[in-house]
Amino acid sequence: MPIPLNVIEARRAQRDERGPTAPPTEDIREKVFELEAKGEWIVQRVPEPWVGVTTKYGRIKKIPAEHTWHHKSCGQCGHIPGYSTAIYWLNRALDFDYNDPKDQTSCTAWNYYASATSNVGAQAAVAMRNFGAAYESGYFPTIHCGTSYGHYKEVREELVAHAELRDEVRRICDKLGKPFVMPEEIVHYSEWVYAMRHEFAQRRVLDLSSIDVTVHPACHYHKLVVEDAIYDPDVYGGQRTAVVSAVVTALGANVKDYSTWFDCCGFGFRHILVQRDFTRSFATLRKIEVMREEANPDVVLTHDTGCVTTLDQSQFAARAHDVKVGVPVMSEAQFAALAMGAHPYRVCQLHWHNTEYRPLLEKMGIDWRERWREFEDDLERLRKGDKQFLTWEDADA
Amino acid sequence: MTLQARYADVPVETKQRLFDEVRADIRFKDYLFGCYECGICVAACPSARFYDFSPRKIAQATGREDLGMFYEQLNDDIWNCSQCFSCLRCPRGNNPGGLITIMREVAINNGLTSARQALEGYGRVVYKIMSTGTQVSPDMLQPNAFPDWGPHVAEISENLELWRRALPPETLHTTTTAWYVDDKTLTELYLIWHMTGVLDMIKEVDEGLHMILNDVMEELLEEAGYSTA
Repeated sequence: MPIPLNVIEARRAQRDERGPTAPPTEDIREKVFELEAKGEWIVQRVPEPWVGVTTKYGRIKKIPAEHTWHHKSCGQCGHIPGYSTAIYWLNRALDFDYNDPKDQTSCTAWNYYASATSNVGAQAAVAMRNFGAAYESGYFPTIHCGTSYGHYKEVREELVAHAELRDEVRRICDKLGKPFVMPEEIVHYSEWVYAMRHEFAQRRVLDLSSIDVTVHPACHYHKLVVEDAIYDPDVYGGQRTAVVSAVVTALGANVKDYSTWFDCCGFGFRHILVQRDFTRSFATLRKIEVMREEANPDVVLTHDTGCVTTLDQSQFAARAHDVKVGVPVMSEAQFAALAMGAHPYRVCQLHWHNTEYRPLLEKMGIDWRERWREFEDDLERLRKGDKQFLTWEDADA
Repeated sequence: MTLQARYADVPVETKQRLFDEVRADIRFKDYLFGCYECGICVAACPSARFYDFSPRKIAQATGREDLGMFYEQLNDDIWNCSQCFSCLRCPRGNNPGGLITIMREVAINNGLTSARQALEGYGRVVYKIMSTGTQVSPDMLQPNAFPDWGPHVAEISENLELWRRALPPETLHTTTTAWYVDDKTLTELYLIWHMTGVLDMIKEVDEGLHMILNDVMEELLEEAGYSTA
C-alpha cells in the first residue's frame, strides 16, 4: 500500500500562496536591509523586470531578466569559452540588455578552496570590490561560476554576522574608492536560464524528444548556503535543485535519473590542478560510468565551470582502463543555445571540449560537418587577416 | 608506530597554539555545533571514498580539542579534502569542509612543511590568480601540463591564438588571462592582497614566489600612487 504522503501537493500550494514578503524561514535579506537602514552599506535592488522563482524552503527569489552585469568565470572563459559565449548568446536571442565588464576580477575562491593562500578579509574584499564595480555600472550582478555564487553567499553571511569584518572591508573599499554595496539577491546564471526556460522553449528549432540527458547538480550551487538555491515541487518533488533539469524538460528532451546524482564531480579545486588521480577516478567511476550503466544518456548537462571541465576531460584517460565512458559534457546554456539554432562552433565552441560530441549533434539534427566547414572558413579569414576577430554578426550569419 | 605517535615529539604547546589559532578564527563558531557521530558527512564525502580521510573525525577532533588528532589532521589529512561541501548535509549544521579551510590557512600561516609539500607544483596557479586576477588562462592548456587529457590539449595549444580570436565576446580575446582585466581593476586587487596580509601568507610557504609577486605588484601600485611600504 503506498504511503499517503501529500508533501508535494502541500509544497505546490505553499508556492502559490507565498509572495516575496512572506519567507517561510529565516531570510538573510532582512538583515541585509537592516544594515542598509543603519547606513552600513548600500543594497543594490534587483532591476525590473524580474521573475519570481521558488527557493529550497519556499521563499520567492527575484531573478533579473536583463540589465545584468556578467561576473565571468575563470575556467569557463579560459578553457571552455563556448560556455560564457552561449550565456551571452541567449541574452542576445531575447534582445536583453547586459554588460560584459572588464572591471571584474575572479572571485578568487578556486584558489581559496585549493591552496588557502588567502583569508576571510581578502575574500570579502574581493567580493565587495566586484559588487561595487557592478553597482557603479548600473547593472545587476549575475554570476557565471557556481563556486563564485556559493562563495559570495558565504561572504554575505560572514559580513552580516561580523561587524569587525564589515569594518575591515569597508576601509579597503574606501581606499579603493569603491562604494560598499551588497546586492539584494545573489544570482547564478543557471537561475536566469531556469527563469527564462519557457522563452527558450518557444524559440526552439530542434526536436529533442529523442535526447536523453543526465544532470549533474553543481556542489557549490546547491550545497553551499542552501536556502536560496532554486527548488521546484514539479522537479523531483522539490527534493533536488530544479535548475538544469527543468530547462531540459522545457526544451523537450528527457531527464534520466541515476543513483550518484548527489556526488561531486571530483574537481577538488587543488586536485584538478595537481592531484588528478583522485579527480579522474572519481569523475569516471562514481559519475560517468554510473550514468552510463543506469541511464545511458546522450549528454551530461551541468551548470558550473569545474563540473564541465572535470566530467569532460577526465574521460580520455579512463578509456585505457576499460571504464564505461564516452558521454559528451556541456552546460545547459550551450544545450539550450543549440536547441535554439546557435552555431555549434561559432557560439558553443564545442571544439574546446574533449569527449566525442558529434554523435550527439547528429542525433539533435545538426549537420556538424557543414557547421565545421563554415567555422574553418571563418578561421581562414582570421588567419589571412581579412578579419581580426569573429563578431556576433558573424556568429549569427 | 601510530600516526599520533609520529608527532609525539612536537611540544603540546605548539599543538595548542595552532589549535587556538583555528578556534580564534571568526568563522569557527559558525562551522561547529557538536557531533552526533552519525557519519552522514562521511557517506557524502568524495575524499573519504578515495583516501583514509574522514570529515567526521575533523568535527570530533576540533569539538573535543583533541590536540593529538588535530595535529595529525593538520599535517596528514586536510589537503585531501575536495572542498565540495557535501559534508554540509550534517544534521547538526556542522561544516567540516569549512573547518578544513581554516585549518589550511593556519597551516599556511605557520609555514608547516606539510603545507609547503601540498602546494608544490601549485605556485604557478597562485602566481596567475594573484598577479592577473583570473585563476586559469588559455595558455595554461599545454600538453605537458595535462597529458592525461589526451591529444586534444595539443590541438588547442597549437591553435590557441587563432581560436581565441574566433570568439564573439570582445572580453575573451586573450591568451594569458581568462578575460580582459583593466589595469585599474588589477591595481585594486593588488591593494587588497597587501591590505589583508595575503602576501605575508605567501611568504611563509614560498619566498621566491612572494618576491616575484611583490615585484610585479609594486610597480603597478606605485604607478597608481599607492605606497606598498
